[in-house]
Amino acid sequence: MAVLTRRAPRAPAPIRIRSPLRQAGIAWIFILPFVVLFAVFYLGPLLVGIGMSFTDMRSTDVADPLAVDLVGIDNYLRLMDDGAMRRAALNTVVFVVTALPLTIGLGLAAAVLLNTGIARLPAAFFRLGYYLPNITSIIGIAVAWKFLLEPEAGLVNRLLELVGVQGPDWLQNEATALPSIIVMTAWRSFGFTMVVLLAALQSIPRELHEAAEVDGAGRWARFRSVTVPSLRPVLLFCTVYSSVGFMQFLEEPLVMTRGGPLNSTLSASLAIFNQFGVGNYGYAGAASTVLFTVIVALAVLQLRLGRRR
Amino acid sequence: MSRTRRQHAVVHLGLAVGLALVAGPFLWTALSSLKPEREIRRDPPTFWPETWTLGNFVELFERVSIGTAFANSMLIALVLVATNLLFCSMVGYAFAKLSFRGKNVAFGLVLVQLAIPAIVVMMPQFVLIAKLGMVNTFIGIILPTVVTPLGVFMMRQFISDLPDELIDAARVDGAREFRIFFTIILPLCGPPLATLGLITFLGSWNNFLWPAVVAQSESVYTLPVALNILNGHETTHYNLLVAGSVVVIAPILLLFVFLQRFFIQGIATTGLK
Repeated sequence: MAVLTRRAPRAPAPIRIRSPLRQAGIAWIFILPFVVLFAVFYLGPLLVGIGMSFTDMRSTDVADPLAVDLVGIDNYLRLMDDGAMRRAALNTVVFVVTALPLTIGLGLAAAVLLNTGIARLPAAFFRLGYYLPNITSIIGIAVAWKFLLEPEAGLVNRLLELVGVQGPDWLQNEATALPSIIVMTAWRSFGFTMVVLLAALQSIPRELHEAAEVDGAGRWARFRSVTVPSLRPVLLFCTVYSSVGFMQFLEEPLVMTRGGPLNSTLSASLAIFNQFGVGNYGYAGAASTVLFTVIVALAVLQLRLGRRR
Repeated sequence: MSRTRRQHAVVHLGLAVGLALVAGPFLWTALSSLKPEREIRRDPPTFWPETWTLGNFVELFERVSIGTAFANSMLIALVLVATNLLFCSMVGYAFAKLSFRGKNVAFGLVLVQLAIPAIVVMMPQFVLIAKLGMVNTFIGIILPTVVTPLGVFMMRQFISDLPDELIDAARVDGAREFRIFFTIILPLCGPPLATLGLITFLGSWNNFLWPAVVAQSESVYTLPVALNILNGHETTHYNLLVAGSVVVIAPILLLFVFLQRFFIQGIATTGLK
């Protein structure tokens, strides 16, 4: 007779779940790097910038920031009378309202073409190519474009010569400098929109298209009444994301034209950057507070309008 | 089905024309960087180099300290990748799996930081860096982005999807939070960490404005800053500029070609979630 001796299971070790308070303490240690950095490098500077905008602070006051004088809203009043600032605001508006539809339109066109059922490998290849400018250093791109647009040696004017057109000095001409930068920006940015829209297109159920086709909807009708409505949330995301980015455009004119000729490519951010460069901290603070407010207001407005419809 | 085939041909043609327009400037720049300076300025231009030369690159590395700038860019990017991988996943873990007072407010700060335009905080940031004596130092360039809101957001999204049971089981076994994080959570985060690492490297490598403000001598210049100095000289020859442009683009191109699925995943998750 076999005796089954079975040892009683050992009592489990007492469970020590840490108290919620203790866990909260540990959690705060985990998020500490972010919180400290946010407070010191983002929230603090944001508030300091707004505070500076009501003073006459200049770069020479950095050693003793408390010695500056309060000037109320003088900096804001000065902004409205400043021709360069007004030009910068106008350029920024022109830039956003032209570069935005161009970028979204090109991105949508590329996404729709890539989604027509072409083979996987060529599709991946095209996607890669279109996305490349998006992840390339602005300075690398600026060099390439300045070279292309060079009045004598540049490829663009050489090609125009072939058809008998004398191309302008694109970046040194008041009429063509900003449009050149707009085209370059759309060229550079549409790949991002394409990738996001393509992912959204691929998630539209096939049945929707098939049902519409059964109902006799043609290609264009299906695009308008199936594809576009399904893309609405993602199009809204792209619009908000791109316009917030375009409102701040700075590096493009900085490295291509330095805002010239005659301020024709000066952007709001570049004007602020220039004021910062010459040491007008209070004035630059006022301009950046205005820019920040406009960007936030624009994003909120777009989200409101986009959701309502 | 010749109609579909014809449609496919049209689609391919359209895509190919688009690709030529997108890749053209890069190709033109790359080919030009391999031509001698005289040939670059020749009228009519040559597309394919008649004389192949690496002379532009040699001159670039000898005359301008591009080698130092390249090493600086690489060092800064690698340090930022390391800090972001560690901190973003730690912060993301706390937001995803720990419960604590003030969590929603703290997470709101992540979104607030995402929304603050760089130019708005740049001046006060610079004043702060100056007060701390960090102007013209690597640490001054690195510090504001050692942990980024986008990275925190991405890691939180991913870690939220991991099953709670894993963590509960470890807690019952008496494991401490730091141990749970390092031995259970982190090993499961391979794919998002790869994406985050790439995005961080890219952002740092291409970052221009902040390094341009902080770096003030050649020994601290990053590649885009050094290239922009070259770009600013009226007398600069295009041969050096196009070669410099190739030096700044090539590493990204290589990374992108080999690791593109991580890029695309990253954009899709941050863009759509």
